Amino acid sequence: MADFFRKLFGSKEESTKPRPMDTATTAPLTDQQIQSIISSQAPKYEIKQLVASVGQSVGKQRDHNEDSLLALTNTISGTSESVPFGLYIVADGMGGHQFGEVASNAAIRIVGGNIMKKFHSFLYKLPTQALQESLQEVMESSIMEAHQYIQREAPGSGTTITAALALGQQVTIGHVGDSRAYAVYQDGRIEPLTRDHSLVKRLEELGHLSKDEVESFPHRNVLIRALGQGETLEADIFTVPFPQPGYLMICSDGLWGVVNEKDIVRILNEAPTLSRACQGMVEAANAAGGPDNISVILAQIIG
Amino acid sequence: MRMETRNITSPIGPHGSGSGSGDQPARQQLLSGVTLVNRYTIQDVIGIGGMGSVYRARDMHFPNVVKLVAVKEMINMAPDPLVRQTIVQNFEREANLLATLHHPSIPRIYDYFSHDDRSYLVLEFIQGRDLETVINEANGFLVEDQVISWGIQLCDVLEYLHAHKPDPIIFRDMKPSNVMINHNGDVVLVDFGIAKTFQTGIKGTMIGTEGYSPPEQYRGDATPLADVYALGATLHHALTRRDPRLEPPFTFAERPIRRINSNVSIEMEAVINTALNYNPGERFPNAAAMKEALMNVARKTGALSAMAISTLPAAVGSSIKPLWSFKCEDEIRGTPTLSQGVLYIGCYDNNLYALNAADGKFQWKYPTEGGIVSRPLVYENNVFFCSEDQRLHVVGARTGKLLWTYYTEGKIYSSPRISDGHIFIGSDDQDLHAVNVNSGRVVWKFTTDGPIHSTPLIANEMIYFGNETGSFYGLDFRGTMKWRFQAKRGMTSSPVLKGQTIYAASLDGTLYALDAKSGWAIWKFRLGKGTVSSPVLTDDLIFIGAADGFVYCVDGRTSKEVWRYKTDNQVSSSPAIYKDSLYIGSVDGFIYCLEYRTGRLRWKFETASAITGSPVIFDDIVYFGSTDHHVYALFA
Repeated sequence: MADFFRKLFGSKEESTKPRPMDTATTAPLTDQQIQSIISSQAPKYEIKQLVASVGQSVGKQRDHNEDSLLALTNTISGTSESVPFGLYIVADGMGGHQFGEVASNAAIRIVGGNIMKKFHSFLYKLPTQALQESLQEVMESSIMEAHQYIQREAPGSGTTITAALALGQQVTIGHVGDSRAYAVYQDGRIEPLTRDHSLVKRLEELGHLSKDEVESFPHRNVLIRALGQGETLEADIFTVPFPQPGYLMICSDGLWGVVNEKDIVRILNEAPTLSRACQGMVEAANAAGGPDNISVILAQIIG
Repeated sequence: MRMETRNITSPIGPHGSGSGSGDQPARQQLLSGVTLVNRYTIQDVIGIGGMGSVYRARDMHFPNVVKLVAVKEMINMAPDPLVRQTIVQNFEREANLLATLHHPSIPRIYDYFSHDDRSYLVLEFIQGRDLETVINEANGFLVEDQVISWGIQLCDVLEYLHAHKPDPIIFRDMKPSNVMINHNGDVVLVDFGIAKTFQTGIKGTMIGTEGYSPPEQYRGDATPLADVYALGATLHHALTRRDPRLEPPFTFAERPIRRINSNVSIEMEAVINTALNYNPGERFPNAAAMKEALMNVARKTGALSAMAISTLPAAVGSSIKPLWSFKCEDEIRGTPTLSQGVLYIGCYDNNLYALNAADGKFQWKYPTEGGIVSRPLVYENNVFFCSEDQRLHVVGARTGKLLWTYYTEGKIYSSPRISDGHIFIGSDDQDLHAVNVNSGRVVWKFTTDGPIHSTPLIANEMIYFGNETGSFYGLDFRGTMKWRFQAKRGMTSSPVLKGQTIYAASLDGTLYALDAKSGWAIWKFRLGKGTVSSPVLTDDLIFIGAADGFVYCVDGRTSKEVWRYKTDNQVSSSPAIYKDSLYIGSVDGFIYCLEYRTGRLRWKFETASAITGSPVIFDDIVYFGSTDHHVYALFA
């Protein structure tokens, strides 16, 4: 047991410590607050609000973290005109490349920073004024800027990016690579919103691989599109209704490649709070071997 | 429609002389002129099967129009009363199941009944030929793109059947003779196994047609993958003209498609070979995967963008005869409304006309003091419409007699909308008016910064509309502004809503997707020029015309163009979707019928002048007005 934890957390970790909770972080709201929100059946919040939580772990077989994530939930409550605003991004830097973590970190900062710059005056100025660009245009130009930056500053590296901009009751998603966004509904349905840009997915779509062959395909981690890779980049950009009643989940392949959808739904349903659900998923991925970095974001509209 | 019930265990006689030729008097065919259940008058025999005939008949419940139906007959010959009863029960169960299916490639079922020893199904009559006839009558090989397009449609209908709840429906008998190609060049699956239920127990339960069926079906397993195999066999037959029934079973691999027909692409051959794998596990996992693979081939060969290539050329111009037309005194620029068999349409001779929709006969007209482009609205037996004489008019739908009018301070081009006891109209006086539907009194007005031509959208207890200076408003029911969006030029186009998103276009040449709650632009799609056309939605697709002469189809999630179709002048008309077709007018004088998924032209019909109003389709008939002063009714 002591060896187990030492391996997990490095030599500095005390084996006598109580069982640690991985490296999950929580949203600004406390567990108690969220719990009372979720357990209250009658909608007490007339005004729709967004809550979110995250979980991250280096996993058990890698020595450093190449995943980056950004979760920003903005609540301006008080006037009926204020709408829920949230920005959630997961980026998974490419393992074999020298600047994997540089790429994923640059991706979330540039895309996140760019989007926030555009929305700053809408969120934090009076009178508010609408943006000239559409949400999809903002998402696309931000991803392109990150793509060009990575090509210039960290040549040879690459990263996935799955970014969700929640505004009102819709969510605009920008996606490149094989991190995933899911809609998880309270009745137990789980639907991927994104399509992996991976070789294995492509072969499956072309009918060259059956479901069973997909599971055992040796090159499951080969991407056919990544930020920072290739002359031209085409990101998938689309807008869908925010899953309600349910959750928006964004994660890297360190989670979805290791923990199956049924277990994800079970963990989500059994956890009393969003942050515990995130922890539970990270634990499940590590319990299954933790072969890769693990990142997960869960967001929910309440009220 | 030919619906045969040929089965490997029950060979049938030659066409027209077989089972009906008097071997047993009970199997005699119905003669033309016979009327069943006082309703369906038999016209002709269009097919013969092991259990009875298929007839073309006229439905006499529609005395004013010729409505044709297919009547499929099943003669119950079982001597044992219990077996006979079971057969009738099975038939009715199957008919009830069919009645729940809705797909453009499945004929609609209208009715069923049994009397004496016979049971009848009344189905949609499909005009066209079956694929086997098309293959046999073609000079040389069929064009690959055409076969791909049919293949995609067949995968689509199989996907639909296999997704049926609680149990998937296995078609079990996919073969060219069960695939009808209708007059639009689209496929319709016929023969839904009613006969099979009848035949169980006659001589084993083997179902499926030798040559097309997969190995496992011969062991009695009918699964979705069996349908995938049989579709592969059908497409193989269509591309090679080699009938698998004349070959040893499961020998498709010995007849590689490209060795017989070298025009076929390698990709297409690979898709069909995958479907025809001996082992079900090596085929496509389902019809959806096969459809996706065919779509990929279509993208590569260009079949998707050039679906216009068709062995059955689209009907154009003079070959189409209108059902009826009606002449007014001046231009018709607006859109008709159909209610209770009466067509209402406004005209620039200042009259609102009421015409009998069945034959175009004049019922009444009501004069205003200005041109009428506003689309009439029928509500509780009254017609509501606006005129350039600045008024909202309310007249009796049957009589055409005036009930009341409501004055604004400007011309009205907007069409009225009614919701929750209120009428909403925009006017050139720059106000949006909310008027009590019973008293005709104004409840509130909302003042904007420009004339309002767009028709308000009422949804989610909100009112959405644009004006001619490019402002777009979201108001609540009290007339308080919740948000406002600014386009660069006027928004004449009337908004539509799906889920939480509003779609509307502007004269600035942009189709906007706006968040219904906040007015945020979710995306913008650039049209070649500005537009006054209003978008329509189906599935996740948005359709709109523009002044650059194009009709556009845009994906609502991604804002990517799916297809565009060029007409020869501005498109001010708004599209209408009916079944799987899109109908739209153009200033070039034509009304166009396009396949809405691909933008392929099905037919067009020319009038003598520009069409700016929009068509309305009801019960397979298209109604529209033209600036050539006429109202037209055409078969859809």
